[in-house]
Amino acid sequence: MHPIFTGSEINSALIELGVSHVVWLPDSALGLWEESFESSSKLQLVRICREGEAWAVAAGLKIGGKSPIVVIQTTGLFESGDTMRNVLYDLNLPIFAIVGARSWLVEDSNDSAKIFTQSNLRGWGVSYQIIANKKDKPKLAEHYRHCARTVKPGIVLVAESAS
Amino acid sequence: MQHEYENSRMTTSAVLQVIMDIRSDDDIIITNQGSSREWPKLCEHPLDFHFMPSAMGAAIPLGLGLAIARPEREVIVISGDGSLLMNLGCLVTVTGSGATNISIVLLDNGVYAVTGCQKTAATEDVDYAGIARAAGFGNVSQFIDFSDWQYRVADSLRMAGPRFIWLRVKPEHHELPRGMLQPITERLRQFQDSLERTGRRVGE
Repeated sequence: MHPIFTGSEINSALIELGVSHVVWLPDSALGLWEESFESSSKLQLVRICREGEAWAVAAGLKIGGKSPIVVIQTTGLFESGDTMRNVLYDLNLPIFAIVGARSWLVEDSNDSAKIFTQSNLRGWGVSYQIIANKKDKPKLAEHYRHCARTVKPGIVLVAESAS
Repeated sequence: MQHEYENSRMTTSAVLQVIMDIRSDDDIIITNQGSSREWPKLCEHPLDFHFMPSAMGAAIPLGLGLAIARPEREVIVISGDGSLLMNLGCLVTVTGSGATNISIVLLDNGVYAVTGCQKTAATEDVDYAGIARAAGFGNVSQFIDFSDWQYRVADSLRMAGPRFIWLRVKPEHHELPRGMLQPITERLRQFQDSLERTGRRVGE
């Protein structure tokens, strides 16, 4: 089971927020949501081969009038750089993403994917929130709605153990 | 140094003109890199989206997103070989998505035209049609001859999708269409307005 959201919980949360498409490339923690997304009658799952693609696919969906969300891991966030820059800042599209934060729950982790995550997000100027435990779960909807209201891109980092 | 066969190849603008001549008013055309510099000089249509500035390799996935969002429309993405090479996996993403209303038109000039025509890593032996077939495209066509392209373009774009069309074109520098394009955010807004205004329902 995912340490914070079960598949059923995340599925319900995204439907409640009006998400139409989940564009994703999962890691082992996010991957636990696959069955729930696949069986969802309201969310359409779009699988991509490399995370940079996720932002461009989501951009096309958004331009076409849908409400996509990107779901990737922090390593994929690093890979995404150029496309994320282009979509969020050149096209000015308010795409929202859930990013699995690798090693976040491992105290004193030296995982560079953990070390550089927040500095990267600050560098990109993307508004983000951290969901570090089950009590933080409401932050997903709060931050999504805040970004939707302000028409800005946003990210929630969902804490994971090593993967 | 250009080889003799490169000089006899089709030009980008001639190839694009053929697409222009047969495109339906409801088709979405996405250009980027070299094609986004040439297409605006040839025509203006509310469902053209010139993806410039773009992230290299992002035009096909962006077109895929549009195709999924708008299954009632045909989406034609015109990509260069340099851009495709940056993101070959996107061909698998396209076929894996199940979208059938998308055509990838590959303009293969063997160079990065926008940066001054430096060669890509690809040799003449690279078989983009084979790559597309191996990625799951059921309908793949390739053209080196202009009259063949003119003759078969309509069929190539009407076969069951997703479609992949490989055109060998001449390496040439494309001047920016200065003064012809508004800022991309404004173009995007107009494109979205057109998409809504001219929207059709499936079956109409």
